[in-house]
Amino acid sequence: MTRKNIFLMAALLALACALPFVLSNYRIFQMALVLVYAIALLGLNILTGYNGQISLGHGAFYAIGAYCAAILMDQAGFPYWATVPVAGAVCLLAGFLFGLPALRLEGLYLALATFALGVSMPQLLKYHHLEKWTGGVQGIVIAKPDAPFGLPLNQDQWLYFFILAVTIVMFVLAYNLLHGRVGRALIAIRDHHTAAEVMGINTALYKSLAFGVSAMYTGVAGALGAIAVQFVAPDSFNVFLSITFLVGVVVGGLASLSGALYGALFIQFVPNIADEISKAAPWAIFGIFLIAFVYVMPAGVAGAVRMITARRKST
Amino acid sequence: MMKRMTCMAAVLGVALASPAALAQKKYDPGASDSEIKVGNTNPYSGPASAYGAIGKSIAAYIKMVNEQGGVNGRKINWISYDDGYSPPKTVEMARKLVEQDQVLFLYQTLGTPSNTAIHKYMNMKKVPQLHVATGATKWNDPKEYHWTMGWQPNYQDEAKVYAKHILQTRPNAKIAILYQNDDYGKDYLKGFEDGLGKDHLKMIVAKASYEVAEPTVDSQILQLKASGADTFFNISTPKFAAQAIRAAYDSGWKPVQYVNNVSASIGAVLKPAGLEKSVGVITTAYLKDPVDKSWANDEAIKKFDAWLQKYMPEGNRTDVNYIYGYTVAQALVQVLKQCGDNLTRDNVMKQAASMKDFKIDTLLPGITVTTSDRDYAPLQAVQLERFDGKQYELFGQVIKSDR
Repeated sequence: MTRKNIFLMAALLALACALPFVLSNYRIFQMALVLVYAIALLGLNILTGYNGQISLGHGAFYAIGAYCAAILMDQAGFPYWATVPVAGAVCLLAGFLFGLPALRLEGLYLALATFALGVSMPQLLKYHHLEKWTGGVQGIVIAKPDAPFGLPLNQDQWLYFFILAVTIVMFVLAYNLLHGRVGRALIAIRDHHTAAEVMGINTALYKSLAFGVSAMYTGVAGALGAIAVQFVAPDSFNVFLSITFLVGVVVGGLASLSGALYGALFIQFVPNIADEISKAAPWAIFGIFLIAFVYVMPAGVAGAVRMITARRKST
Repeated sequence: MMKRMTCMAAVLGVALASPAALAQKKYDPGASDSEIKVGNTNPYSGPASAYGAIGKSIAAYIKMVNEQGGVNGRKINWISYDDGYSPPKTVEMARKLVEQDQVLFLYQTLGTPSNTAIHKYMNMKKVPQLHVATGATKWNDPKEYHWTMGWQPNYQDEAKVYAKHILQTRPNAKIAILYQNDDYGKDYLKGFEDGLGKDHLKMIVAKASYEVAEPTVDSQILQLKASGADTFFNISTPKFAAQAIRAAYDSGWKPVQYVNNVSASIGAVLKPAGLEKSVGVITTAYLKDPVDKSWANDEAIKKFDAWLQKYMPEGNRTDVNYIYGYTVAQALVQVLKQCGDNLTRDNVMKQAASMKDFKIDTLLPGITVTTSDRDYAPLQAVQLERFDGKQYELFGQVIKSDR
């Protein structure tokens, strides 16, 4: 990292910490959701952007994470913060196991297999033998955490800071993971599978691992999302959520850490703007936004930002 | 012109007659001398977007009310957001409405999971969540949830009406029940068993359930047929209801059939099942169906059609969601009228909970809106109707379930 980058990071962090003191509670809640989505998109980006595997089913891992948190709090009396690592671990395992058979599938076939996972998840959550824990279609309502140690923060502010802390940890982990041996291996597999194998990379292991880590990130995001929204139900995690994640990753910028943040801002706010523009056809407006973004910034927002800074440097 | 004159005269009359009332204006956030902000969420996009017609027709009705001078001189500002039938989005939008837009209350938020997601929040914030658009029974719980009130006849009440009808007409019936294995199906089942009463539970000779994920209910129907039942209560969503009606007919089983109101639609259920196979199916109604020819000369339906043409020319009179929205919007206006100048959240709940036989002309004759501080179920009466191969025919009296 250059000195300029560190300075930028510090400024960004200061801004993130200042936000909850100038925004209304509702906006703080929205920003917390942006951070949650950023973690989920970061996870999907590890898989799709860095490793070249397309997933149309990450909403399912988000759901597993969310239900982990909700069930642990509702049934086992876990404190909210303890549910996050558990959700991550469960999703790591689930993702790794799903990644093993998915190894045999490439490109579009993998997309279809993960799509099946995303489509089936809401129905699995309604399955009546699981109802005792999942609450069936009615879902589970959970309580919102208060700020600990008598901190003078309201619930929304505290939750924002909690999620911000987790987000920073997850981003630092991802940075270290992707800028070392593992990251180079993942990218090598994406760029040329056979060449990577010849170089001695265990492609099967790395691909399954990428799936597992990616699912873990999304699961952690799911748990945080459930705590923020205070409610989980099968209808919250339909296949459209998975597609939204993919949209976020592509719009934000593939194979870019900052892209996850841009993508999260996009999927959080653009649907709201579209709804305000037209009640009759919000999706059509959303579509126009999407086409405009992809057309103007073919490498995602992160790519466009990179290009602008590069141009400035060269002049 | 004449109409406007009467309107002005009425406003003038009220203004002159009630100086005392003017002095006691009370406002909570969202209310002022000029407007009343009312919030709503509806699925304008996503898999359930057909329901979005409800939010749009309420908006169109309010447009008409505002053009005619509003309620007690105040315009209604209807703020409705898209939640795509996704509970997390509903939470976000409800918070936006309450905290950002500062609405006086939420009205007709749509969907059982969506309303469940904001149930606690609304009651914690003490902001009314009024006349929610879902048939679940849990919205009638004024003790635990003072700030939430249902609207349409709930599943349990409706099921009790079928039970009552069977007891009255064929006390020796042998009943078979098909139900969807979730809260909705169990809600109906509970109402039906409660309606029969402990002494008559033996009348149920067979029960079979299905999962939403199952492709067909054919095997369940054969199982029910084998029980020798002569009466069939069909608690299922449209796709499965159509399958069940068809499978029963094709297997040669000829029971008296009751279908829940959820699957009463001719277009979505009886047509796919086969119109000739659906003859004799009994269900319930509480709204006048604009398609029903017996209302062709009805004043209320004429007014509805005129409104539809003027305020939502893109609307579809055969889609029951439009008349549903048109009807419930009248209840909104009535609550606000009753509030007068005391536009506090407390008073909104108080007025909503003190409706006495309020008539809406698009409800079936004899069905009225009644509530109290212990009864948060505004519509409880329905009328039975039977399919004659072309359309439904109402029969018997309006039936109110006992509480």
